Amino acid sequence: MKKAHVPRSAFISNGKKKSSLAKKPSHMIELRLRIASNTEELMHVRKFVSEAAKQFGFGDDDINNIALAVDEACTNIIKHAYNYAEDQDINVVVTMNKTEFQVQIVDHGKHFDPERVQMPEMKEYLSHYKRGGLGMYLMKKLVDKVEYSIQPKQNVVRLTKYLHHGVSR
Amino acid sequence: MSDFKVSFRENSTVHIMDLKGYLDAHTTPHLEEAFQKLITEKKYNILVNCKDLSYISSAGLGVFMAFIEDVRMNKGDIKLSNMSPKVFNIFDLLGFPMLYEIFKDESEAVKKFEAKS
Repeated sequence: MKKAHVPRSAFISNGKKKSSLAKKPSHMIELRLRIASNTEELMHVRKFVSEAAKQFGFGDDDINNIALAVDEACTNIIKHAYNYAEDQDINVVVTMNKTEFQVQIVDHGKHFDPERVQMPEMKEYLSHYKRGGLGMYLMKKLVDKVEYSIQPKQNVVRLTKYLHHGVSR
Repeated sequence: MSDFKVSFRENSTVHIMDLKGYLDAHTTPHLEEAFQKLITEKKYNILVNCKDLSYISSAGLGVFMAFIEDVRMNKGDIKLSNMSPKVFNIFDLLGFPMLYEIFKDESEAVKKFEAKS
């Protein structure tokens, strides 16, 4: 596999080269990570999101589910938006308020229309031994909300998970 | 650097793959190569021991889908065993237990293969 042309992991927050907490108004906390569009970075994204989810108060099951959903979103971007080009960026922005944990994953690659991807009916899907397309299905199962927004110069996937009554699995 | 390893063991009828670490889009080529190796050697009774598998994403699950048809056409099977609840949960979310036999313990899976041969 080819090496990335950009640093393996560049943590940014307000222009500084490290990850840090940024206090936002209205009791919101924001954390940012920028990675290269390289599958080697997936483990760093999972770690970053897992630590944020733990800090937010989620239990192990929810932390694992969020990390996997973000992995799937980044993998889709690397494959489809950037077509495996390793010199592009993916920005991951975690925002947390009292009960809502949100991860926005932003790329500048090829537009992606989620409406054109058919959600597999799993029984039918498995019986035909298909592969691929499983990531989007998993994401929907793992978090409470998956939203896509195509903007003029960027694509945004927004994953939301709620902390119900302060309880997490 | 890779956080995923496959190692091979075998007895008279079953070829066992031990998976260790994190199986994601970065590491799946290792698993694909491992399956390809067995299939090239016409070894179709494949048991995948997941005891030390810490993580799997859909990229990893897709590898099992890629080879199962070929293996079964050759009268073999891919069976899985020793999954942690975390890993089983992901297989389960996608309905994989409908398609693959998943055993709590490796010895049960070996017996099933031996009973068939």
